[in-house]
Amino acid sequence: MAQQLKMHLLVCGGTGCRASESEAIQTNLERELKVHGLENEAKVVTTGCFGFCEKGPIVKIHPDNTFYVQVKPSDAKEIVEEHVLKGRKVERLLYSDPAKKEHVADSRHMGFYRKQIRIALRNCGFINPENIDEYIARDGYQALGKVLTELSPAQTIEIIKKSGLRGRGGGGFPTGLKWEITSKSVADQKYVVCNADEGDPGAFMDRSILEGDPHAVLEAMAICGHSIGATKGLIYIRAEYPLAIKRLKIAIDQARNYGLLGNNILETGFDFDVELRYGAGAFVCGEETALIHSMEGSRGEPTFKPPFPSVEGYLGKPTNVNNVETFANIPPIINKGAEWFASIGTERSKGTKVFALAGKINNVGLIEVPMGTTLREVIFEIGGGIKDGKKFKAVQTGGPSGGCLTEKHLDTPIEYDTLIAAGSMMGSGGMIVMDEDDCMVSVAKFYLDFTVEESCGKCSPCRIGNKRLYEMLETVTRGEATMETLQKLRLLSNVIKDTSLCGLGQTSPNPVLSTMDNFWDEYLAHVEDKKCPAGVCKSLMRYVVIPENCVGCTACARNCPVNCITGERKQVHYIDQSACIKCGTCLEKCKFNAIEIV
Amino acid sequence: MDMIKLIIDKKPVEVEKGTTILQAADKIGIKIPTLCYLNLGGFNIENKPGGCRVCVVEVEGRRNLAPACATDCTEGMVVNTHSIRVLNARKTVVQLILSDHPFDCLVCAKSGNCELQDLAHKLGIREIPFQGEQSTYRKDTSPSIIRDVDKCIMCRRCEVMCNEVQTVGVLSAINRGFQAVVAPAFEMNLDHSVCTYCGQCVNVCPTGALTEVDHTNQLINDLADPEKVVIVQTAPAVRAALGEEFGMKPGTLVTGKMASALRELGFDYIFDTDFAADLTIMEEGTELLDRLTTYLNGDKTVKLPILTSCCPAWVKFFEHQFPEMKEIPSTARSPQQMFGAIAKTYFAQKINVDRKKLVVVSIMPCVAKKYECSRDEFKVDGNPDVDYSVSTRELASLIKRANIDFMALPDSGFDSPMGESSGAAVIFGTTGGVIEAAVRTAYELHTGKPLPKLDFEELRGLEGMRSATIDFDGLPINIGIAHGLGNARKLLNEIKEGKSHFHAIEIMACPGGCIGGGGQPYIHGDTSILQARQKAIYNEDAGKTLRKSHENPDIIRLYEEFLGKPLSHKSHELLHTHYFDRKKEVFID
Amino acid sequence: MEKIKSLADLRARKDELQKKLNLRERSDNPEKYVQIKAGMATSGIASGAKQVMDYLIEELDKRGIDAVVTQTGDMGYCYAEPTIEVKRPGEDPIVFGYVNTKKADEIIEKYIKNGELVEGIIPVNYESIDE
Ligand SMILES: Cc1cc2nc3c(=O)[nH]c(=O)nc-3n(C[C@H](O)[C@H](O)[C@H](O)COP(=O)(O)O)c2cc1C
Ligand code: SF4
Ligand code: SF4
Ligand code: SF4
Ligand code: SF4
Ligand code: SF4
Ligand code: SF4
Ligand code: FES
Repeated sequence: MAQQLKMHLLVCGGTGCRASESEAIQTNLERELKVHGLENEAKVVTTGCFGFCEKGPIVKIHPDNTFYVQVKPSDAKEIVEEHVLKGRKVERLLYSDPAKKEHVADSRHMGFYRKQIRIALRNCGFINPENIDEYIARDGYQALGKVLTELSPAQTIEIIKKSGLRGRGGGGFPTGLKWEITSKSVADQKYVVCNADEGDPGAFMDRSILEGDPHAVLEAMAICGHSIGATKGLIYIRAEYPLAIKRLKIAIDQARNYGLLGNNILETGFDFDVELRYGAGAFVCGEETALIHSMEGSRGEPTFKPPFPSVEGYLGKPTNVNNVETFANIPPIINKGAEWFASIGTERSKGTKVFALAGKINNVGLIEVPMGTTLREVIFEIGGGIKDGKKFKAVQTGGPSGGCLTEKHLDTPIEYDTLIAAGSMMGSGGMIVMDEDDCMVSVAKFYLDFTVEESCGKCSPCRIGNKRLYEMLETVTRGEATMETLQKLRLLSNVIKDTSLCGLGQTSPNPVLSTMDNFWDEYLAHVEDKKCPAGVCKSLMRYVVIPENCVGCTACARNCPVNCITGERKQVHYIDQSACIKCGTCLEKCKFNAIEIV
Repeated sequence: MDMIKLIIDKKPVEVEKGTTILQAADKIGIKIPTLCYLNLGGFNIENKPGGCRVCVVEVEGRRNLAPACATDCTEGMVVNTHSIRVLNARKTVVQLILSDHPFDCLVCAKSGNCELQDLAHKLGIREIPFQGEQSTYRKDTSPSIIRDVDKCIMCRRCEVMCNEVQTVGVLSAINRGFQAVVAPAFEMNLDHSVCTYCGQCVNVCPTGALTEVDHTNQLINDLADPEKVVIVQTAPAVRAALGEEFGMKPGTLVTGKMASALRELGFDYIFDTDFAADLTIMEEGTELLDRLTTYLNGDKTVKLPILTSCCPAWVKFFEHQFPEMKEIPSTARSPQQMFGAIAKTYFAQKINVDRKKLVVVSIMPCVAKKYECSRDEFKVDGNPDVDYSVSTRELASLIKRANIDFMALPDSGFDSPMGESSGAAVIFGTTGGVIEAAVRTAYELHTGKPLPKLDFEELRGLEGMRSATIDFDGLPINIGIAHGLGNARKLLNEIKEGKSHFHAIEIMACPGGCIGGGGQPYIHGDTSILQARQKAIYNEDAGKTLRKSHENPDIIRLYEEFLGKPLSHKSHELLHTHYFDRKKEVFID
Repeated sequence: MEKIKSLADLRARKDELQKKLNLRERSDNPEKYVQIKAGMATSGIASGAKQVMDYLIEELDKRGIDAVVTQTGDMGYCYAEPTIEVKRPGEDPIVFGYVNTKKADEIIEKYIKNGELVEGIIPVNYESIDE
C-alpha cells in the first residue's frame, strides 16, 4: 500500500502572493521534499488566497495549522528540514501578533481569523482551485445535483428567497427576488451573467474567489440558469485578472469534462454552459446595464432603468446579473438550507460579507465576517488595530460611493441598512481605515479624482459636476476656498446625487458629504485658518525657522533647491514663503531642530 | 389599450400605458424643458439617452429626481415639474453645462437658433457659479461641415442620426468622463472619414458644435467684384422653406420674393436649378429607357435597377459602402452640376464671358452640395463648374445682412435662358419627386402617348421606403423609393442579395428628401414643418401649366442649339459622370 | 475523464475524493477528532518515532478512525521516547512513552477506541503542547 500522506503544504497561489514569488516557493518546497525523500509523505498544494495578503506569501501546513508568513523561496529548505522532517516549527516565519508581540503557532489562534466565518471564501486557501476533484471533495456540485434532481425551479428560488441573501455587488437587492423576476420574464432565450468587473479601488474580493474557488461560481451560475430558465452563462471579467481568467478556463474545461457543464448535465436533460467575456477595466462597466452594453460590443455606458436586465438585458433578453460573491454563497445555501444561512447575520442582513481591509491597519487583507459584526470588531480585533499605535480617525466603506464613518460609528453593526443610515454603505466590500495622519478633505478629493476619471461622461451632472466638485475640493486643500465654496460643495453634491443617470453619479458625492458631515471642523480649518490639521495639504504647510534654535549653520540654505532661505553665517535664517516649494529638505537637514512646520 | 391615471402639477391626466411623463405633461399643456431629447415624429426617429438631465421632475415616493423624457408614467404617480428642488436642480444642471461651454454666443453661427442659449434664457440664468477647466478639442473643418465640439453638450442626437438613421456610423461618443465628446473614431477629421456630408447631424445639433461651412463672405466679395459675372441657381426645396426664416408659416412658397431678393443682392443672372432638373430628367429618363429596352431585348447583362444619382450624399455613401455596385446608379450628374456645366459652356458662350470670370453660385437646401462642387471631376483646368454652394439658412442670413425687407419684396421671375422649368422639376425637392418626374417623361417617350394622369399619388408620402408599379402601356415598371441612408442601405442589400425586382429606384439621403436637407431652416424637432414644405412643393407643381420636363421649351432649345440629343457625345462630356471606389479612402490622421 | 452521470454518482465520487482532503479538513476542526501528536525531535526520529507515526496514520485510516496526526518537536521526555500525545475529543490529553508499533496498536484499540487506559502513561499534568 502506498504510503499515506502525513502533511499538506499549502502555498498561496493568489495574485498577491504570486507577485512575491510564491511559485518559486512551491518549486523549492517540492525539490526539498524530494531531496529528503519525503515526496510520499508530504505534498505541496497551490491554493487560492488566504486573505492575509499583506504578510504574503503564505505557506500553511496541515494538519497542524502552522501559518508561515512572508516566506521566501530560500526558506523552503528550512521548512522541509525543520518542520516536515523534524516536526519543529520555524519560529521566525510564524505570524507575530503585533499587540502581544509573540509568535502564533496555530492559525486558529490568530486574531485575524478568529472572528471570521467563511462561506463565500470557504474553499479559498483550502483547495487547489485547478483541481475539480478537490472541489467535489468539499461538496462541490452537490447543490447543482440536488437542484437538478430534487428541486423544481420554483423551489430553488424559494430557498434563495428564504435564505435572505442580498446582492453583494453593491446594491443589496434580494437575490431570490431577482431570480424570480427573471424566471417570470417570458423569452425564448435568457442569460445568467456573473459580474466580475470589480472596479472599486483596492478591492479584490471577487478576484480572490475566482482565483481560489472558481467552481463555486460556475456551479451557482448553473443553479441560477436552471431556476430562471437560461442555458447560457456569461462571466464578465476584467482583462486585468489573468490568473482568475486562467483558473476559470481550467475550471470550465474540467466541469465540461465531468458533464457538470454543457449539454445534459448529470444526465438530467438540463443544458448550461458558461463563456467568458472580457472587460477593458472601466469602473462604470461594473454597472449592470453598462456591462451588458459592453458585452454587446457597444460603448460601456449605463442606460436608464427600467427596463431592468431581468426583463430586457443582454441582446434584449431577460438577463440575471449577479455578483461573484453573491454566486459563491449559493451552493452552501442549497446544501445546508435557507434556515442555516438565515441564522447567520442579522434580521435584515443575512449571512456574511467579504471585505478587503486596507489602510492604516495592522492586518491588511481579505476577511469574511457575519453580518452584524461591528466595525470595531473588524478594525480592532480582526484588523489588529491601527498601525504604529496611531489614533483611529475614520473608516471608509462602500468604495467610491461610500462615506467615511468615525469613532462614534464604531459600534455600528455591519448591515446594509445601518451603514446607509450612518451615511455610508456596504458597497462591494472595500474598507479603508484612516488614522490621525489622514486629511479628510484630501480623502474626499482622492475619491472624487477616481469618479472623475471613471465617469462615462454620458450625463451632465456626473460628467461636469464631479469635475467641479473636485476642483472646489482642490481650492479647499490649497487654502483658496471661502465659506461660499463649502456651501456650493454641499449644494452641488446634492444636485449630482439627485439628477445623475446611474449609480456612479448618484453616489459619487457621498465621500464629500460624509466628510463634511463628520469632519466639518477640518473643512473649517482649511478654509478659515488656512491650515491642514493632519499636515497633509502641502499648500497649507509653512516651513519656518525657529529663531531661538537657529545657530546660523547655513545647512538649510545650502540645500534648499530653490534658494529661498537667506541669512548670514551665525545669524538667524529666514525662509521666503512665496518661493518655498515645500519640499521639506530644510527640515531634514537642520540638526538643531530650528525648522518647523506650521 | 391600458390607460393610466396620474397627477402632474396637481392636474389629473389620463394617458396610455407606455407614455412618458414628458408626453403626459405636454398633453395638458405643461412644457417641461428638454435638451438632449429629440423625437422626429413620423420618421420613427427618437433620441432618448436621458443624458442632459434638464428634464428632471420630482415624483412622489422616489429617492431621486426622474428624467421626464425617459420615465414612463405609472398608475397613481404624482409628479411635480416645478418644485424648488426641481427648479434648483434644473438650473444647476444647465449652469454646469454652461460652465464647460465657450462664451461665444456673440460670434457663434448658432446664436439665435441655439437650444442651449434658449434654455439658459428660459431658466433665467444670470451667472455661472462654477468655474473650472474647459474640455477642449481640435476644431475640424471639412468641405461641408465644421465641427467645433467645444460646444458639444453630449446630447447624442447627431450620433443617432449618423448611426441609426443614416447608418453611416461616423459620429459616436469617444473618451470618457469630462473629456467625453461625440466625434469620428480616433478624433479623425471628418473629411478622412466615410461621412457623406448629408448634414443630418447639423440639422439636429442643438448647439453650434456642428454647423455648415460658411460661404457668405466669399459670396459678398464676389458680388462686389466688378470683374466677375455672378450667376445664381436656386434649388426647388429652397423656395418652400426660405420664408420660415422671415417668420412666414411653414409651407409658404416664396419663389417670387426669393428671385427679387437675389436681384437686390446683386447677382447678375438669376437662374433656376429646376431648369437643370428638367435636363437631368431628359438624360436620366433616357438612360432608364435605354437600359430597359436593352434588357427587354434580351441583354440580361444590363444593370438594373437604375438608381438616381442627383443626391451627392447618397453618391458618396455608395462610393464608400457599396463600391462594388458603382455601375448601377445613373451616370447623370446632379442638377446642380448640370447647371454649372451648361452655365460655364453654353451660357458663357452666349454672353461671351470667359469661364474664369463667371462665378456660379448655387442656393441649396443641402450641405453635401458644398462638397459636391469641390469634387475634381466637376472642374475644368481647376475651375469648378459650380464655384460654391450656399445653404437656405445662409441665404436668409445674407438677405438680413443686406437690410432687405423680405416680406415687402414684390414677386419677380427668373432670367432666361436657364430660368424656365416644369412642375416635374419642382417636385425634385421632395422624396418621390425625382422618380415621379422621370416617370412622366419616360412614359411619354416610351409609349409615345400623353399621360392620362400626371399625379402619381402612389409615389408620394413620407414613409421611409415605398414602392409602386406603374403601367407603361402594358409594360409594368416597378419603382422603389428610399429616403434616409439607412433605408437606402436596406434597398441596396436587397439588390445585392438579388431580392429586388425594381426597375428604377430613387434615393435621397435626407429623410423627406431635400425639403429636409441639411441646409434648411432648423425645424427643432417639429416634423409637421417638413409635411408643410412637401405640400407646398406639390402645390407649386399642380399650379404649373408646364409639368413635364421634355416639354420645357428652354430645354428643347438647349438640345437643339448645343447638346444634340440626350446621351449624345456632348451630353456625356458635360452632363454625365463616373464614380469612385472609396472603400480604402478612409485614414486616420 | 469520465462523466459524472447522476447525483448518486457524484456523491459516490465525493466520498471517494474526500479522504484525500481529510488531512486538511480535520485540522480546521481538530476538536471533533482524536488528535495525536508524535514527538519527533532528532532523538525521537532516532528512536523510531517516524515509523510509529507512519503506522498510526495508516492504521487509523484502515480502522476507520477519524484522527488528526501531527508531529511536534521535542516533548521534553527524551528518556521515554518515542512519545505520543493522544487527545480524545473533549478530554484532556495523555502522553504515552516508549511507543512502538505494538504499543501503538494497543493504544488505538483500547484507549482511542474505548477510552481504556493502557500502560505507559507519562503522568504529568500539562497543557497540550504548543498552546
Ligand atoms: C458605477 C457602478 C459600478 C458597479 N460595479 C460593480 C462591480 O464591479 N461588480 C459588481 O458585482 N457589481 C457592480 N455594480 C452593481 C451592479 O450594477 C449590479 O447591481 C450587480 O452586479 C448586481 O448583482 P448583485 O445583486 O449580486 O449584487 C456597480 C454599480 C455601479 C452603479
Ligand atoms: S452617472 Fe456618470 S457614470 Fe453614470 S451614466 Fe452618468 S456620466 Fe455615466
Ligand atoms: S521646504 Fe524646501 S523649498 Fe521650502 S525652504 Fe525648505 S528647503 Fe527650501
Ligand atoms: S452653441 Fe449656443 S450657447 Fe454655445 S456659444 Fe453658440 S449660441 Fe452660444
Ligand atoms: S453629415 Fe451625415 S454622414 Fe456625415 S457625420 Fe453628419 S450625419 Fe453622419
Ligand atoms: S455635436 Fe451637437 S448633436 Fe452631437 S452630441 Fe454634440 S451637441 Fe449633440
Ligand atoms: S437629399 Fe437633397 S438635401 Fe439631402 S443630401 Fe441629398 S441632395 Fe442634399
Ligand atoms: S431631455 Fe431628458 S435627459 Fe435630456
